[in-house]
Amino acid sequence: MPEQKKAKRRDFIFTASYTLGAVGVGATVWPLIDQMNPDASVKALASTEVDVSGIERGQSITVLWRGKPVFIKRRTEEEIEKARQVDLKELPDPEKDEDRAKNPEWLIMLGMCTHLGCVPLGNKGEYDGWFCPCHGSHYDTSGRIRKGPAPTNLEIPKYEFVNSNTIKIG
Amino acid sequence: MSDQSYTPNSKFGKWFNDRLPLLTLSKHLQDYPTPKNLNYWWTFGGILTFCLIAQIVTGLILAMHYVAHADMAFASVEHIMRNVNYGWLIRYVHANGASMFFLAVYIHIFRSLYYGSYKSPREIIWILGMIIYLLMMMAAFMGYVLPWGQMSFWGATVITNLFSAIPIVGESITTWLWGGYSVGNPTLTRFFSLHYLIPFLILGLVVLHIWALHVPGNNNPIGIELKKPSKDTVPFHPYIVIKDLFALLIFLIIFAFFVFYSPNILGHADNYIEANPMVTPAHIVPEWYLLPFYAILRSVPDKLFGVIAMFSSLIVLVALPWLDTSKVRSAIFRPLYKQFYWFLVADVIILGYMGAMPAEGTYLLIARVATTYYFIHFLIILPVLGYKEKTIDVPLSIAEPVLGGSVDPSLTKSKTKKI
Repeated sequence: MPEQKKAKRRDFIFTASYTLGAVGVGATVWPLIDQMNPDASVKALASTEVDVSGIERGQSITVLWRGKPVFIKRRTEEEIEKARQVDLKELPDPEKDEDRAKNPEWLIMLGMCTHLGCVPLGNKGEYDGWFCPCHGSHYDTSGRIRKGPAPTNLEIPKYEFVNSNTIKIG
Repeated sequence: MSDQSYTPNSKFGKWFNDRLPLLTLSKHLQDYPTPKNLNYWWTFGGILTFCLIAQIVTGLILAMHYVAHADMAFASVEHIMRNVNYGWLIRYVHANGASMFFLAVYIHIFRSLYYGSYKSPREIIWILGMIIYLLMMMAAFMGYVLPWGQMSFWGATVITNLFSAIPIVGESITTWLWGGYSVGNPTLTRFFSLHYLIPFLILGLVVLHIWALHVPGNNNPIGIELKKPSKDTVPFHPYIVIKDLFALLIFLIIFAFFVFYSPNILGHADNYIEANPMVTPAHIVPEWYLLPFYAILRSVPDKLFGVIAMFSSLIVLVALPWLDTSKVRSAIFRPLYKQFYWFLVADVIILGYMGAMPAEGTYLLIARVATTYYFIHFLIILPVLGYKEKTIDVPLSIAEPVLGGSVDPSLTKSKTKKI
């Protein structure tokens, strides 16, 4: 058997140099990568206030928040009823309507299909909620995915009622 | 190589060539022994080189007039169309040039599939080609976003959202790609930057592609190794140069037809509406050359697996030299492969058509069958066929079947196995 290779001083120096080199390269490359993340001006537009006093029952408006459409829907009794009666076992992404709409009358969610980001069309589809024209996802009156390729329910953004007429999104 | 010992005639030429052997390279390219039986399907390499140069030149000019900003991009494209001298022509050549580029590349790829050009020892040429193809798709996609019309915006949204299918990090990756929380101005400016870069990457890869080609030399319609140079080969110049130029001329007639008579037929009317993040067009369709992949994406009902299937359809192509186990290259001598080849061509065309149709009902069903067949072709049929298929005897040289007499049949058979 050849004598066992012992770590020499030179091996240590090599390893230490490689390691330091790797850290240096990483530290140099990171700014080049991170510059592509949202910049300060994009992040500054974090919240939007919307006046919802003009919306009648059954109506819906779409506002832009961070460049994304947000649906603000004032639901009818029927629609709320329909959303609440659903058996959770039927849902691909089970979520109670009560959890999605704190105030049952107001359903506020991102108007972006969770499949590939198209804007779903209102009062359409097999569940009378929303229907995405791009790849055929059907959402119910609570914006929950029922049928089609989308993996999850329409996302609920962070929002609060500033007063009875104004909603702050973000 | 025989031209290694080349010495230029002039004194200056010799002086220069000793310092930078460009003249040796030029001599190599002229003398490069090319199979004498190459048919017109082999002219698309030259045509593709032309397409790349045409895209770079017209793109360079368009960039002089285009403004990469979400508020101004759409108007600047109209400015090019209406105000810039010959702007309409240059833009139409660039836009239709992309389609022509893909038309040529698909013919080039399917030629390779038919004649087994991807097989040993040409695997690296094939893989470089596939990387070029991938870069072409990226360049085309980003270029389509630049006019900032409705299709640009929503195409960009759908494609970048593909990455959100990746578990855990998907969301961060899309945000990073967008430079925001949705497709917006930062997305447009970086796409412009990358759209400008990619053609030069492609150019570099084309040089490698041709370099790798010049090591074993061209494959040929009967797919046998040739002695080079020999009576089976002709010098590249003037024989192939003239033939390529003639083919290019025909190709340019088709190109010009699109540019001058139906410049918008391959585009979508929706892209003449400025991008609006509030409204998705009723029917989002990518450009025709991406439709088969789009059909594969949509035929899987699960988001993550749809994306995986789409990328896998490209990966199987890269692995093709190892999936095809047959030692015989050309489909001419593979009676079964020849049939499966045409099934594949039909399958890809069907996929393309389904990609353009709404993803529902019968269309979806057909797309699913076609997607399944696509993978069966590469993952099951090709590996098995190499062992099961009874191939036809391959001639020993290009001249043999024509001139005949030189080889006795028993010798032909024993040599066949070595090919």
